[in-house]
Amino acid sequence: MAVKLLLENAHVEGIRYYEAYRRTGGYRSVEKALKMTPEAIVEEVKKSGLRGRGGAGFPAGMKWSFIAKPEGVPRHLVCNADESEPGTFKDRYLMEFLPHLLIEGLIVSSFALGSNATYIYIRGEYAWIPDILEHAIDEAKANGWLGKNILGTGFDCEIYVQRGAGAYICGEETALIESLEGKRGNPRIKPPFPAVKGVWDRPTVVNNVETLAAVVPIINMGGDEYAKIGVGRSTGTKLISACGNINKPGVYEIDMTISVEEFIYSDEYCGGIPNGKKLKACIPGGSSVPILPANLLLKTAKGETRYMNYESLSDGGFATGSMMGSGGFIVLDEDQCVVRNTLTLARFYRHESCGQCSPCREGTGWMEKILKNIEYGKGKMSDIDLLWDIQRKIEGNTICPLGDAAAWPVAAAIRHFRDEFEWHVLNPEESQRRNYGLAHYADAREIVAA
Amino acid sequence: MAEGAPLFKVTIDNITVEVPAGTTILNAARKIGGDVAPPAMCYYSKLQGSGGKCRTCLVEVSKGSEKDPRPMPKLVASCRTTVMDGMEVKNITSPKVLDARAGVVEFLLLNHPLDCPICDQAGECHLQDLSYEHGKAGTRYEFQRRTFHKHDLGEYIQLHMTRCILCYRCVFTADQLTAKREHGVLDRGDHAQIATFIEKNLQNDFIGNVIDVCPVGALTDKTFRFKNRVWFTKPVDAHRDCPKCSGEVQLWMRGDEVFRITARKDEWGEIKDTTQGKPGWICNECRFEKKQVSDWVIEGPSKVNRQSVISANHYVGVQKPGETFENVMDGRQPRLFMDIHSVSEVNKPEIQLSLIEGPAHSDDFEVNNKD
Ligand SMILES: Cc1cc2nc3c(=O)[nH]c(=O)nc-3n(C[C@H](O)[C@H](O)[C@H](O)COP(=O)(O)O)c2cc1C
Ligand code: SF4
Ligand code: SF4
Ligand code: FES
Repeated sequence: MAVKLLLENAHVEGIRYYEAYRRTGGYRSVEKALKMTPEAIVEEVKKSGLRGRGGAGFPAGMKWSFIAKPEGVPRHLVCNADESEPGTFKDRYLMEFLPHLLIEGLIVSSFALGSNATYIYIRGEYAWIPDILEHAIDEAKANGWLGKNILGTGFDCEIYVQRGAGAYICGEETALIESLEGKRGNPRIKPPFPAVKGVWDRPTVVNNVETLAAVVPIINMGGDEYAKIGVGRSTGTKLISACGNINKPGVYEIDMTISVEEFIYSDEYCGGIPNGKKLKACIPGGSSVPILPANLLLKTAKGETRYMNYESLSDGGFATGSMMGSGGFIVLDEDQCVVRNTLTLARFYRHESCGQCSPCREGTGWMEKILKNIEYGKGKMSDIDLLWDIQRKIEGNTICPLGDAAAWPVAAAIRHFRDEFEWHVLNPEESQRRNYGLAHYADAREIVAA
Repeated sequence: MAEGAPLFKVTIDNITVEVPAGTTILNAARKIGGDVAPPAMCYYSKLQGSGGKCRTCLVEVSKGSEKDPRPMPKLVASCRTTVMDGMEVKNITSPKVLDARAGVVEFLLLNHPLDCPICDQAGECHLQDLSYEHGKAGTRYEFQRRTFHKHDLGEYIQLHMTRCILCYRCVFTADQLTAKREHGVLDRGDHAQIATFIEKNLQNDFIGNVIDVCPVGALTDKTFRFKNRVWFTKPVDAHRDCPKCSGEVQLWMRGDEVFRITARKDEWGEIKDTTQGKPGWICNECRFEKKQVSDWVIEGPSKVNRQSVISANHYVGVQKPGETFENVMDGRQPRLFMDIHSVSEVNKPEIQLSLIEGPAHSDDFEVNNKD
């Protein structure tokens, strides 16, 4: 049975409200943390090896230790609840069902970072969740966990919920900060980094919802104990939001020692692929990460089993690997068309580009148009090379990683499924009738048996 | 660039300069000048926060600094990256940079209308210069280009969004030069546009400066639109006593007529400092309303960059080559250089022109003329 640190009590009745949450041991970490020094908390988080759950996987303790501490300047903690990456819906689950867990993590983290005003920036489309969070904040305040002089320690903290207006780019931390300040959500040019100049030019830490929630078990059990769960530099547990062609889509908490194959086929998790179909491909970490064909998903290029953790998923680099990303696990069965899938993603990135830098603004639109031609039977062979060239000229040349996020899915689709693109070009009529091209799949169990 | 800041040595394309700490790579490269200075479409030294957007100024940092010699993993925007002591930078000596820049130029031109023949900016357009230098003759874009309606921004300024490259310079100018924020960017991605909210006139004394900062023909002077081509007009430095601004301007004249008035610009196309050492922004009155020579004290012709098309009509006394045509031909008869077959249908003779001795004569075409 897998370890559960975040979702352990998710099914306790009334856990959304204070009374049940407290009864099951909630807010213990605040009692413990406020007796520690902020430095000691940062130290525990460092020891835990917790990596950012927002996508980049940057060690959280290290990020916290970078925050500048100029005399007399307030500092801020900002919780990134913008969760707009297609395929990712784990933060939503946490906030909707366990709002107090996030609030608890925020109080401890605010204390560690010296933030007296902490913000939750939540995507506008999660229209009903701010009410849940605000209710939890009110309850926490009424019970003395928030507000002035918390637990008599002299530490003041307020948490504010700010709604976004519906833009993926506002999940990028500096765009989020701009938007929080009431401006257009354009990413800032770095440096300076938020740790030095963030919200209103004050030192700021931006962390993902899940990262901040994970601080609670870390303080409760100690950083060293937390680090024992998982493997290598993938410590603790990770929430995975699984979707696509699987029997049991949903949010799963995994410790990062299970294999991808187990995750897809075991009844404890995704429960296999419906209708007896075969696995074709998977985007394992949210729409931005490279898509992998089944054979490279279940085994690395070296023939080793691939596991659901940071190192193993990125084994082989972009040539034969992918990324853990934000944990949005999208499964494609043999009936799915990679060209169509890539077009859908390209359309998303074109729509969400902020338009500041020319490669991303112009390149994303161009890629979408070419992909549309290929998908609808008007493509040319040379279009495939052109797509490759465009993504190559976007990647790495933009202000923020959205440019890369738009380039990678296209690159990976061409890298692994080039014959499917060619099939679309060569069989324009058939590719219109059938919704898929070459079925470039391999059934997992066949591979395992071989 | 504080006074007394320590001097840093930076090597760009194998040329070393010393600049004060805090200088950007772009400004260090401009100190060297020539081809070493990367093209900059969005950075504007007089505008705070500008730069970093167009990505034409990308360079490769092959050595971070003396202390930390590791190269930077990605190309960086030279306009927003400050130099470190001992830094080594590659601009035109890096194939990676040239490749990325060619990409950026292609992206910038992707949706650009290329209507230079009817655009007032032609001749002094930075995008035009950029594409001559780094662009390709053809395009790989096979789709309809993005277009917008033209907008009138009040009585003096015309906004032609279709040509805009979203450099944000005009937004910064309006923000930093004028009291009220009046225009900005609406929408996002490739449908983002410069706009006033909603369809408002831009009315304040300094808004005309957005025309000067615009690198392309997206913002143009309505008092000058379609009146002349910039290369037919002659820039003349002039000034007047103006209660609102320095009154130091450039008149663009043809004969005795003043066609256009702009701020004075330096070799990078940015407005110059005034004689008082302040940024030389000019007010709307000087720019739009003083179109008589008698309004101004003329100082003399402006110095113009020799490469500029604007100088085309102003350099007299063309140097002739030392040798004459006859020397070159060494006594042989000159022949037709151009095959007139390809020039006009009328002249399609059944004659091999190259076989005719000497220049072709109308008699040679009798065959054709007869029928
Ligand atoms: C285009 C873009 C969108 C992003 N969206 C999100 C998001 O919705 N949620 C999130 O937590 N991080 C998002 N990120 C990552 C953040 O920039 C940032 O790295 C993260 O919030 C840091 O938190 P962490 O260290 O806890 O992961 C996004 C990044 C980019 C470039
Ligand atoms: S990469 Fe795209 S989203 Fe990011 S700043 Fe540039 S244009 Fe905006
Ligand atoms: S209108 Fe001109 S100055 Fe303004 S953003 Fe567009 S190109 Fe730049
Ligand atoms: S001039 Fe540096 S990015 Fe535009």
